[in-house]
Amino acid sequence: MLVYLKIYRYNPEAGRNVPSFDTYNIEAEPTDRVLDLLEHVKGNVDGTISFRRSCAHGVCGSDAMRINGRNMLACKALVKDVGTEITVEPILGLPVLKDMIVDMEPFFNSYKSLMPFLINEDVPADGKERRQTPEQLERFEDTTKCILCAACTTSCPVFWSDEQYVGPATIVNAHRFIFDSRDQAANTRLEILADHGGAFRCRTAFNCTEACPREIHVTQAIAEVKNAITSGGVEH
Amino acid sequence: MTQTHQHEVIIVGAGGAGLMAALYASRGADTAVLSKLYPTRSHTGAAQGGIGAALGNLEPDKVEWHSFDTVKGSDYLGDQDAIDYMCAQAPEVVYELEHMGLPFSRNADGTIAQRRFGGHTNNDTKQPVLRSCYAADRTGHMILQTLYQNCIKNKVHFYDEFHVLDLLMNDGVANGVVAVELATGELHVFHAKSVVFATGGHGRIWELTSNAYAYTGDGVAITLRRGLPAQDLEFFQFHPTGILKLGILITEGVRGEGGVLINGKGERFMERYAPTVKDLASRDVVSRSIYLEIRDGNGIKGDRYVHLDMRPEVVNHYAELDGRKMPDGTPYRVTGEQLLSKVPDIVDFCRTYLGIDPIKEPMPIQPTAHYAMGGIPTNMHGQALSDAKGTIVPGLFAAGEVACVSVHGANRLGTNSLLDLVVFGKEAGKMAAEYAKGADYKPLENNPTDFTRQQLDRILGKSGGEKIVTLGEEMKTKMMDDVGVFRTAEGMTSAIEKMRELRERYKNISVDDHGKRFNTDLLNAWELGCLLDVALATAVSAEARPESRGAHAREDFPKRNDTEWLKHTLAWMDGNQVRLEYKPVTITKYEPKERVY
Repeated sequence: MLVYLKIYRYNPEAGRNVPSFDTYNIEAEPTDRVLDLLEHVKGNVDGTISFRRSCAHGVCGSDAMRINGRNMLACKALVKDVGTEITVEPILGLPVLKDMIVDMEPFFNSYKSLMPFLINEDVPADGKERRQTPEQLERFEDTTKCILCAACTTSCPVFWSDEQYVGPATIVNAHRFIFDSRDQAANTRLEILADHGGAFRCRTAFNCTEACPREIHVTQAIAEVKNAITSGGVEH
Repeated sequence: MTQTHQHEVIIVGAGGAGLMAALYASRGADTAVLSKLYPTRSHTGAAQGGIGAALGNLEPDKVEWHSFDTVKGSDYLGDQDAIDYMCAQAPEVVYELEHMGLPFSRNADGTIAQRRFGGHTNNDTKQPVLRSCYAADRTGHMILQTLYQNCIKNKVHFYDEFHVLDLLMNDGVANGVVAVELATGELHVFHAKSVVFATGGHGRIWELTSNAYAYTGDGVAITLRRGLPAQDLEFFQFHPTGILKLGILITEGVRGEGGVLINGKGERFMERYAPTVKDLASRDVVSRSIYLEIRDGNGIKGDRYVHLDMRPEVVNHYAELDGRKMPDGTPYRVTGEQLLSKVPDIVDFCRTYLGIDPIKEPMPIQPTAHYAMGGIPTNMHGQALSDAKGTIVPGLFAAGEVACVSVHGANRLGTNSLLDLVVFGKEAGKMAAEYAKGADYKPLENNPTDFTRQQLDRILGKSGGEKIVTLGEEMKTKMMDDVGVFRTAEGMTSAIEKMRELRERYKNISVDDHGKRFNTDLLNAWELGCLLDVALATAVSAEARPESRGAHAREDFPKRNDTEWLKHTLAWMDGNQVRLEYKPVTITKYEPKERVY
């Protein structure tokens, strides 16, 4: 089938100071990934088009983009699902550096601000694993799936307008530790998230949940964090 | 303007091996990690089914069994001292990962859950054993995330999106690297006492692969260009179950949970090739069996693929025929819901890319290029070696898929790659820090970026030349056809000629992007140069080995030849010429014998 592909272009270094679109008509299979189309154009028509990609099957998180206005991974968006008129743009709310490549530093800095690591220096005397029941795991397992692609954070209207807000991905990764029965710093994390840039900035737009390529229940995770803050902590 | 940085230890690559090395090196030395990707994009994150360790949480298991299975899986080419070390370390490092916070799946008693995997057996009963410690089917993702989290905790210094293009050496001693900063296009020199390569594999040489775009053999190519050898490149694993036409990995864990391979006649054909463990034979054995079925016209609808079937009724049917039991002795039975919870990502991949639900329909699969057993030769401390005598390259270390210790020999067992990168990443990190503490900074050459600039300027200086995609596609097709699952002298000879031709044409390659900022066009061209170098060295190493062993299966030499070929290959590259030498395999207690599953 013929696909009409519109690609966002921005590169001040090459004189493209004002964002614009390049358009292509290309022959594609319904099962082609949008990433395949981008690779095709880059390889055969215009090598200057720039985007990040690596695993090409939705687990590394490199190629989050806006495809027909919605945040997706280009390697998980198939032509048959997005249609034959496809517009590809960078994710919103992070500075665009070149074409689909945005500055990820603010995103990762926010992620790091919530101590994204297990805090617990006690290990069993026999040196073996800490015990955790399947039920205890289930409380936070969903949020362990996060691949830090930023699709959720950059779909959030609060994040676009409020630079104090840590954004959904950071809260997802805090959730992953707050509800982990092995972690000993839930209260510290909750205190940070109770602050003005934290969880209560969320206005439950649900964009994040729709955008997540890992199908994490992002809005629900944020709600659980809010509840833990108001109820004064977490019981494992 | 080239910036120069100084760190005692430089780690190249931020996958599992690089991050583990970083955690350990940073305890004893000023350490920095350079990665061409953001660390969490590394290909370790794509590993699915688990990490092998004889914890024996649900049924008896022993480190010695894990060792023997690995030796046998390697078709006796693995070095047995290193294998013993890795398998003995396995329980400790799995517990260490758990202590770091890794969210393993759990048994009802709260211990780490374990599943069956190919080639892992109870050596007494010869039956598959529960050895693979897993976090659903995203074990690699969880290892990568957990190690990155701990690096943040320990304030490890990262240079993200710095692509290393050269290794610097002074008088045979490694003393730094040259990297391009993707955001600016500027070259940076990193002056170091120890350099650890943890750059991953090179599956992008082949047409159909489970590997990421980033898997372009940078580490092996860079060291070959610096006059160092690459070991056992002819042994490259084709994973039996890649998604049809896409090559995306479907974990062996699916078969561990009871899934079976079915041909076009509806037969569970692995019974004929591996009567004891059937679908859980080693990957080389299963991939060859699939090829033979297809060759005999037994593909689905006569086509070039077979089915992997994990529908619960099918799993239960064959579990009953096999007499498979749960650890408590009751018959093994599964529901669709249980399977979904054990392999959710597989279900998602099938829904996304195939439009099928694997709980209700079988999956169309074909073997896919997956893992490099070969790479930079190292000893079991991660120290790089420069010759067949085992001479150490001072200051240079390698770990993970880029390295060849060799613990995988001619064929790697599933779950042993994650184990390898944790065990030897740790070892390389410790050794790199220890070495740095006792060493001085060897002075840099006068113009350390010259070699890198030459390579980049040659690409940038042309226009209207050869295209990256054209050369890349010709390479991948040829390697798939002639240096794939089955090989012949004729095919490999023509592949060698083809790779030489492509390398000549590569000299005339050109790119569209002549800018500095995120010039991925230029770096794709540079990476293709790495792939072509490794492809040529692979084809030459393969053609020179007239036997069949592990993943190297020759139609013209179908038998293993221990009398003459129980030895490792070392390949050096000089222009279009590849020179080979051989070194003995370390054998401790397992004498080679016939390998049957």
